[in-house]
Amino acid sequence: MTRMDSPSKVTRRHVLVLTGAAAAAAGAGLLPGIALADKAAVDAAIKKAAGGATLQSGRITLELPQIAENGNTVPIGIEVDSPMTASDYVKSVHVFADGNPNAEVASVHFTPANGVAKASMRMRLMKTQNVVAVAQMSDGSVYRETVEVKVTIGGCGG
Amino acid sequence: MASATPRIKVPESATKGEIIEIKTLISHKMETGLRKGKDGKIIPRQIINKFTCSFNDQVIFSSDWHPAVSANPLMSFHMRATESGRLDFAWHDDNGETYSKSADLTVA
Repeated sequence: MTRMDSPSKVTRRHVLVLTGAAAAAAGAGLLPGIALADKAAVDAAIKKAAGGATLQSGRITLELPQIAENGNTVPIGIEVDSPMTASDYVKSVHVFADGNPNAEVASVHFTPANGVAKASMRMRLMKTQNVVAVAQMSDGSVYRETVEVKVTIGGCGG
Repeated sequence: MASATPRIKVPESATKGEIIEIKTLISHKMETGLRKGKDGKIIPRQIINKFTCSFNDQVIFSSDWHPAVSANPLMSFHMRATESGRLDFAWHDDNGETYSKSADLTVA
């Protein structure tokens, strides 16, 4: 993969080759029997992220495909309704996937300098499952949002 | 992959108070540690576990990543342009390496 040393060489083709190879590996049954995170472990992880606060609903908008054809790269957009001022802002958003081998996906940490609490990235989903986002506000309140994503071809691991 | 190539997209200039979008991408296989190689052995985990963005040496955005983050991780977020300065981006690999890149922002 020396091709990647040069900044101009990260082509769309390269990304496709990488994801394609991963999908092929999954198809060929090269994956070990992966233990999935059980429901209790997922709940515990969510509770830990909430830090004992009550999980309220609302304020979070999750932008996710209803059906993800390729579980290796599922786009996720996170947006939390907040003025993002020094006294009232979103501290962190934690993303969980309850059907992956590990429930944790990513945590993003905002500051008032961001202006808006909005971020996007790409994640792996092993199968059809719920994606849960937990947002911690600067005043200590915690919000939760859950979206189900149907996955056609599962991503390798998770 | 011995090295990872970070790429960033930041507007060169912005008006004061404008909220700009910052896009980042880094080439990295993000090996989960769950896959088996052809020899039947588990391929050891090697992912980028942390990403940070600083503006004039102050962290404005960071993210912790787990194996469920896709290969060639993309991260996009926003920032309110208040003054001119330098943005520093850093990606921390499981193997201890740090990949970094920076950009200058001019605020009119």
